[in-house]
Amino acid sequence: MQMDALINLAVSLLTTVSILVIISIGLAVVFGMMGVINLAHGEFLMLGAFFTLSGYRAGLNIWLAMIVAALGVGLVGLLVERLLIQFLYGRLAATMLATWGLSLILVQVVVLIYGPSTQGLRTPLGTMRVGDYSMSQYNLLLIAVAVALLGLVFVVFTRTKYGTKARAATQLPHMAAAVGVNAKMTNMLTFAFGATLAGAAGALLAPVAGVLPGMGQAYVGRAFMTVVVGGPGVLTGTASSAALLGTVDSVVSNAFTSFLGTAALLLVAIVLLRFLPTGISGRSGRQL
Amino acid sequence: MTINKGPSTPRSPRQVQMGLAASMLLLTAACGGGGGAQAGDDGDGPIKVGSILDETGPLNIYGTAMADATKLAIKDINESGGVLGRELELVSYDAQSDNAKYTQYANQAAQRDQVAVLMGGVTSASREAVRPVAERTETLYFYNEQYEGGVCDKNTFNTGVVPSQQLAALIPYAVENFGPKLYVVAADYNYGQISAEWVKRYAEEAGGEVVDTEFIPLESSEFGSVINGLQTSKPDAVISLLVGGNHIAFYRQFASAGLGESMEIASPTFGLGNEQGVLSNEAEGITVAFPYFQELESDANAEFLEMWHAEYGDDYPYVTDSAVAVWNGWHLWAEAANAADSLEREVVIDELESGVTYDGPGGTVTMDGPSHHLVQNIAIGEGNGENGFEVLSTEESVPPSFEQEVCDLVSEPDTNQQFTP
Repeated sequence: MQMDALINLAVSLLTTVSILVIISIGLAVVFGMMGVINLAHGEFLMLGAFFTLSGYRAGLNIWLAMIVAALGVGLVGLLVERLLIQFLYGRLAATMLATWGLSLILVQVVVLIYGPSTQGLRTPLGTMRVGDYSMSQYNLLLIAVAVALLGLVFVVFTRTKYGTKARAATQLPHMAAAVGVNAKMTNMLTFAFGATLAGAAGALLAPVAGVLPGMGQAYVGRAFMTVVVGGPGVLTGTASSAALLGTVDSVVSNAFTSFLGTAALLLVAIVLLRFLPTGISGRSGRQL
Repeated sequence: MTINKGPSTPRSPRQVQMGLAASMLLLTAACGGGGGAQAGDDGDGPIKVGSILDETGPLNIYGTAMADATKLAIKDINESGGVLGRELELVSYDAQSDNAKYTQYANQAAQRDQVAVLMGGVTSASREAVRPVAERTETLYFYNEQYEGGVCDKNTFNTGVVPSQQLAALIPYAVENFGPKLYVVAADYNYGQISAEWVKRYAEEAGGEVVDTEFIPLESSEFGSVINGLQTSKPDAVISLLVGGNHIAFYRQFASAGLGESMEIASPTFGLGNEQGVLSNEAEGITVAFPYFQELESDANAEFLEMWHAEYGDDYPYVTDSAVAVWNGWHLWAEAANAADSLEREVVIDELESGVTYDGPGGTVTMDGPSHHLVQNIAIGEGNGENGFEVLSTEESVPPSFEQEVCDLVSEPDTNQQFTP
C-alpha cells in the first residue's frame, strides 16, 4: 500500500475513533461518576447542534458558537438535574423512564422552535491533500478535540477540588458525606458537566451531519455501546472502548461495506460483554 | 420496525419490562378515540379523503412539502367546485418517519374515517406498509413520490417518476458528460437496492460501468469509508441514491474532503428533500432529473407557484418534485371522480385507466391505464449553488416504459406484485 493511502486510512480510522470518544464522553461521565443512565443523551447532543446553528446565524464566529452551545446545553443539564434527576437518584428504572420521556419532550420542543426540517452548517476549514488523496481538515480537528476532551475530563476530575469531591462521592459516598462533601452539589455539577460534553459533541458534529430534531437517535446507540463496553472507568473505559470499536468499525467498513462495519462493531461488543460483563475497565476498579 | 432508531441500546431484563409497559401504554393511547364510523361516500356532506405522510422525523425533509401540497391541492379542488359538487374534507396523519404508524393510520383512515381515497407514503417501505391495508379495506390508494418503479396493483396509482423515466435519462447523461466509471452510494432499503440494479442496467446500456456499490443505513450519517472508497476507485461520477435527513451529511463530507474537483455527483433523489437549500453552494453542479423544477417556465407553473406562495409565504423553501407529484395525484383523482360522477372505487379506477390527463405545474401528465403510472415530462437540471437548479433540457411525454412492458392491469386486473429489473 502506498504511503498516501496509508495516511488517508489512518486519518479515517482516527476520525471514527474520535467521533466515538466525542459522542460518548458525556454519557460516560454521567454513567461512570453517578451511575445514572441518561437516555436523553442523544437529545442533549442534538441541542448542542441546534444551539450552534442559532449562534452562528446570530452572527457569532463558528468556534465561539460551538463553545456557547456546549455551555448552553450544560445549563440545560443543570436545570434538568434540579427539576428531574435529583429526585430519582438510586432508582435506575425510574431515571431511565424519566430521561426517556425527557428525550421525547426535547425533540418535540425543538420541532416547535426550529421546525421539523433538516438544517446544516457548512464544514469549516478546508481540504488537505496527501499524495493522491484529499481529506477534510475538519477531521483532523475532530481528532485533536477528542484528545483535548479526554484531557479536560482528566484535569477536571484529578486537578480540581470539585473533581476530587466528585470521585470521593462516587467511591465512598458515606465517608465522603462524613467528611463534609456536599453530594447534592457534586451530583448537580457532574450532571451539568456531562451535559456540557454532550452539547460539545453536538456542536462539533453540526458541520458534518444533518442538523435535525431526530439526529440524537443516529448517535445515541453507538454512544451507549461505547460506554457499556468501556465500563465504569470514565477515561480508561471510554478511550479503550472507542479505540477498539472504532478500529473494528473503520477497518471492516473500509475493507468491505459500512453495513458490515456496523455489524462487526456490534458483534465485537456482544462477544466482549459476554466475557467482560462489567466492561473493559470493569476489573481495574479505578474510577477514571 | 422503526427506521429512525440507531443500533440497539443495551437492555437489562428490567429495562425490557419497562419498555414493554411503556409501549403498551402508548399503544392504548393511540387506539383510543376510535369508533363512530361514518361512510364517506353517501349524503351531501363533505367527502372525507385521507393522507398519511412523514411530517416529523428524518423523512420530513420530503414529507413537509408533500403535506403542504396536499392541503393546498384540497383547497384548490374545493375552490373550483369540489368533487361531485361536494367539498373535500382532509383527514391527515403524521406517520413520524415510522413505518409501523403507516399501517396503524392506514387502518384508521380506511375503517374509522372511511375515506373515499387514501394518498400518502414517502419511502417505498411506507408504501408497502399502506398497500396491503388499502387492498384489504378496498380503499383506493395513490402513492405520489419518486420511487424504484414496478408496482403493479389494481388498487394503487403512482404519480411519482420511475427509473424507466428518471434514471433512463440521468445515467446516460452522466456517462456521456462525466465519463463511464460510476460509483453508486445507495440507501439501504428497497428503494436503494432496486434502484442500484437499475443504475447498473442503464450504465451498461449507455456504455458505462458501475465500479462499486455501497449501501448506507438510513440512520447513518457517517460516510468516512465511502469517501475513502471514492478516493481509491476514482470514479468519474457518483450516483447518489441516498435518502433522508441523515444522508445529507454525505454531500457535506464529499465537499469538505475536496472530492468535487475530481468527480461529479448525479442523483435521482437529490433535491426532493430540498438538500440544495441546506447545502447551498456545496450543491453547485450536482446533476438531477425530475418531471418538475421550480424554475420551469410555463403559465401553469407560474400560477401554481403564485398560489403556493400566497398560501405559505414568499420565503417558502424550494417547492419539490415530490410536492408536485402529490398535487398531481389529488387533481387526477378529482378529475376522474368528477368525470365518472361517482366515488365508487371500481368506477373511479375505470375512469383513471381510461387515461385521465391533467395540466400540472410540470406540464401535462397522463395516467397510463394498463400500468397505473404517469406519462410525464422529464427535465435534467444542475444545482446552481443558490438553493435551486438550472434546467438544462426537457424531454416531453416520457412513458413509464418498464411498467408498460411488464404490467397490464386492464387485461390482467388480478396482478399484484412489484416487478424488478
